[in-house]
Amino acid sequence: MSATSQTITLPGPLPLDGGGDLARVEVALETYGELNADRSNAILLCHALTGDQYVASAHPITGKPGWWERMVGPGKPIDTDRFHVICANVIGSCMGSTGPASAAPDGAPYAMRFPVITIRDMVRAHVGLLDALGIDRLHAVVGGSMGGMQALSLAANWPERTARVLVIASTSRHSAQNIAFHELGRQAIMADPRWKQGNYYGGEAPDNGLAVARMAAHITYLSEEALTGKFGRNLQDRDAKSFGFDADFQVESYLRYQGSGFTRRFDANSYLYITRAMDYFDLAEEHGGRLANAFAGADARFCLVSFDSDWLYPTSESRHVVHALNAAGAAVSFVELSAPHGHDSFLLDVPALDRVIGGFLG
Amino acid sequence: MSHPATELRPDLAVIADQIEPGSRVLDIGCGDGALMLALREKACDVRGIEIDGACVERCVSQGLSVVQGDADRDLGDYPDKGFDYAVLSQTLQTAERPDRMLGELLRVGNRAFVSFPNFAHWRTRAALMFGGRMPVTRAIPVSWYETQNIHHVTILDFRDLAAEKGATIERDWYFAKERPIGRLAANSRAEFAVFELAR
Repeated sequence: MSATSQTITLPGPLPLDGGGDLARVEVALETYGELNADRSNAILLCHALTGDQYVASAHPITGKPGWWERMVGPGKPIDTDRFHVICANVIGSCMGSTGPASAAPDGAPYAMRFPVITIRDMVRAHVGLLDALGIDRLHAVVGGSMGGMQALSLAANWPERTARVLVIASTSRHSAQNIAFHELGRQAIMADPRWKQGNYYGGEAPDNGLAVARMAAHITYLSEEALTGKFGRNLQDRDAKSFGFDADFQVESYLRYQGSGFTRRFDANSYLYITRAMDYFDLAEEHGGRLANAFAGADARFCLVSFDSDWLYPTSESRHVVHALNAAGAAVSFVELSAPHGHDSFLLDVPALDRVIGGFLG
Repeated sequence: MSHPATELRPDLAVIADQIEPGSRVLDIGCGDGALMLALREKACDVRGIEIDGACVERCVSQGLSVVQGDADRDLGDYPDKGFDYAVLSQTLQTAERPDRMLGELLRVGNRAFVSFPNFAHWRTRAALMFGGRMPVTRAIPVSWYETQNIHHVTILDFRDLAAEKGATIERDWYFAKERPIGRLAANSRAEFAVFELAR
């Protein structure tokens, strides 16, 4: 599908939740479909932790199709014949927006000098982008997983900027278990001798650590049922166990493949910064400890979707948000869809999700 | 799924007819959203709660604001008097505690509509009296062991409960064979009843 790629430099420094600001912020984005004359048909799509702006166009490094091509395109549930779809790489990431691999004002990569950012900082950069694009009010903000956190953050902090908020397989706060899995990944990266306190740019990257982080995270994206159905106890290219530590089992081989493939396209320091931002996310905490306060006076329509097999951000987390929205008197829809794949269901073939998204976006 | 108002189930048609255009309405147990669609035509701001995921999906894909949830538990989240009307159609008899649900209904809505199958209809009485078994009738079509109707109620019972909850019955409607009937001997002649309550 025809996409327009661009990189926009925000006009001023970006203030950050952790104090200080980011001097020069570039935001890389892809857009699909025409913006209409009154600039009212824009949909901001927010990507997940390791996602990027290539939502419906081939990935420049892997050559793989866009990560939500089944959902975004002409005649699809997010219909680019009707909507102008914007997907921007989050700050802190590594696909063209300013992140730890970018050059600091002194010309050297930021590495660990990059400030710790939050989900709200990411969204603040998105809002800066919308300003630069001349879009006052979105038709909708849409996101799954970390993208859903951004959608909620936009709705809570810049409620005038969107008419609809669609949050899929997400949460208003990271749980202890969520933080624990992320810490495991970060420790794997930082334990890799090639990490060198983050100063590996220009040399060998800590790919082993990053691969382990990805492997651990990948397990959390799938349900037990999906893993069992896909691999069971099947052996990989062999008839008997090797009595060694090779990848005897298919599931081991699969995870190793996922891990090493990931290192080709992702920066280890970005992984540290973005997982940190997610761990810090607690929308209630930002609003006096009461989640309903986050949505006081919200006039947008909300839709939350969870999956029954998602144990990373289970249905109870979506319900928690729905209860707060009800208490705030917001117009909210919520449905728990049945799908076998676990958290990753939002990216996979779940026809009911297509119908819900299409219906909600109107 | 989208029925024009004329094809609405009779109790829903009455309710749709009575609700003022532009009202804020909460439809508890909204099913496939038939009443909500009719009320949307009247420019109402209408929200729904429904326990069945397939029904919720159909509602949301028609652009209705419906939350999948259990009315027994989830009504507590809604603010006091957040709605002009709260509607409970064919759901009271499935509630864990119908008395509490009626209280919640009158808390979240300025007015409430409640419809339910009347267990004192003569067919039900006859089935029990002469058949000696739990009735399976047009109005109560599912056997005792699989019915969701765990708290059967009669028109007289409902009037008592409404009085106990301090609610006044503003209006009432009765139906047999899908058609409206008069108030005379409604407790034995009506298969369904609709009440409008206020407190």
